[in-house]
Amino acid sequence: MTTISQANPAAAETEPLPEQQLRPRSYWPFVLPALIVVLAVIVFPWVFTIWMSLNEWKVGSSTAFVGLANYLRLPTDPRFIEAIGHTLLYTVLSVVFPVIFGTLAAVVFHAQFPFRGFLRAVFIMPMMATPVAVALVWTMMFHPQLGVLNYLLSLVGIPPQLWVFHPATVIPSLVLVETWHWTPLVMLIVLGGIAAIPTEPYESAKIDGATHWQMFRYITLPLIAPFLFIAAMIRTIDAVKSFDTIFAITQGGPGSASETINLYLYSVAFVYYDLGYGSAIAVVFFALIVVLAAVLLYLRQRTLWTEIGGGA
Amino acid sequence: MSVRQLLGKIGLAFAVLVIVSPAILFFLWMASLSVKFEIDNAAYPPVFIPEHFAWKNYTDVLSSNRFVTYFFNSLIVTGSATALAMLVGVPAGYGIARMAAHRSAIVILIARITPGLSYLIPLFLMFQWLGLLGTLVPQIIIHLVITVPIVIWIMIGYFETTPLELEEAATIDGATRWQVFRHVALPVARPGLAVAFILAVIFSWNNFVFGIVLAGRETRTLPVAVYNMISFDQLSWGPLAAAALIVTFPVLLLTVFAQRQIVAGLTAGAVKGG
Repeated sequence: MTTISQANPAAAETEPLPEQQLRPRSYWPFVLPALIVVLAVIVFPWVFTIWMSLNEWKVGSSTAFVGLANYLRLPTDPRFIEAIGHTLLYTVLSVVFPVIFGTLAAVVFHAQFPFRGFLRAVFIMPMMATPVAVALVWTMMFHPQLGVLNYLLSLVGIPPQLWVFHPATVIPSLVLVETWHWTPLVMLIVLGGIAAIPTEPYESAKIDGATHWQMFRYITLPLIAPFLFIAAMIRTIDAVKSFDTIFAITQGGPGSASETINLYLYSVAFVYYDLGYGSAIAVVFFALIVVLAAVLLYLRQRTLWTEIGGGA
Repeated sequence: MSVRQLLGKIGLAFAVLVIVSPAILFFLWMASLSVKFEIDNAAYPPVFIPEHFAWKNYTDVLSSNRFVTYFFNSLIVTGSATALAMLVGVPAGYGIARMAAHRSAIVILIARITPGLSYLIPLFLMFQWLGLLGTLVPQIIIHLVITVPIVIWIMIGYFETTPLELEEAATIDGATRWQVFRHVALPVARPGLAVAFILAVIFSWNNFVFGIVLAGRETRTLPVAVYNMISFDQLSWGPLAAAALIVTFPVLLLTVFAQRQIVAGLTAGAVKGG
């Protein structure tokens, strides 16, 4: 390294060509430190998790290779099956609502108005705020007797709710928090999409007497569709993995009514210290996320294809 | 025409008000909870602005020894994890961008979609074997899972857009690859450095799941400390809300002052930690 850095101009002149020097291989020293870190904290844990999932591995007792036994336990574990249901419900709702509200918010933020920059900063605050701190305040707001939400409902004549304290309403209540939290991210992604639309279609539509709704429906929406897919995909990945909000507000309760796969994984691994079984859940969980992401990608390809097909 | 324009403006103002009010009202209510005595927090109908402000909620939180410890824990964990990530991640982003090794970005994608908990199981065991539990080292290392991908991802984006001509000219003048990086590429990518740094800091600061597993009594970070206050202190809302606001206040401040960078970073990579 030192010899290279001390290379004198004369030597450089005799060297072949700059193109030769820009060979890909010579950038490896830049990547190497990060590669070591990534191998240590990302790749190694992955390989080790797969190995652990094939073992009976409990903290404080000896380990034994059991093959696929941990995986075979999963379909017969009612709590795991239930957790899959909770996760899917939670995810679908936590994708649909933020995407709808985020798109509407993006349309509004695309307009020009005073203090737009500052208001955008305010709008994205929920997404940046510390999730646990936010969850704590939501817990207070959900309180059936003292919470401000039931007071607000009473103003419009709706009877008080139990929110996160009742099995039937706990998931929708948590989705409310998740929607509040992550609508801004959808807004930012969609706003980027809207900003990229040229103005000509709107101008000709205006001349033809189109209403705002028609312009949104027939110009904006088709053109931002790819961004909606990206937003939906990111939202899906994050909603499936959601942990902080659920853990801090309900810890999966009441009972196990809001226990998603991620929360069950936490209990198995770090409450019961059954690390082998926990690893198997982690592997299956990861596979589920990959499948969900792949399905969305497939849907996106299909719509692109039909769009092109329809246009031709 | 002007009536229609006026109506349009009023409509827009109303729409803006509707979409920012959930955020504004939430944080105002959080602030309100944090400056009220218990009697006002338990009042029905709720009191928004109390007659007597309970500033004591804040002094109570700040004057407790533990809170200061936890604040410094958070500072050390986030500071170290971000500094290390910048140190290895910025050159890596440069290398990947120049080698056009787009496939290597898949590792970062995988890191992005992996649930944080699945890193915890093997690393928890590792730290136990190495006897590191009880120190801040495990948390610093595991926070790299969040910060390194963010930094690499954002820096790839920035280095890909910086012009190659300057670097080629410097190379012809006899600069080494390292000198080109240090004196040509890095200064041009300075806005990207700010974006990567800010996002890494925020997502590391906010992280909760790593702390609840790895932190002991003395090594809690602020989000974990605040969570532990919930379980023991269910009924004193004032100090709890004050603590929550103190934890998240630096992040909110950063959001307002660095919103341009944050928006650029989030829309470029659409990254999120954990």
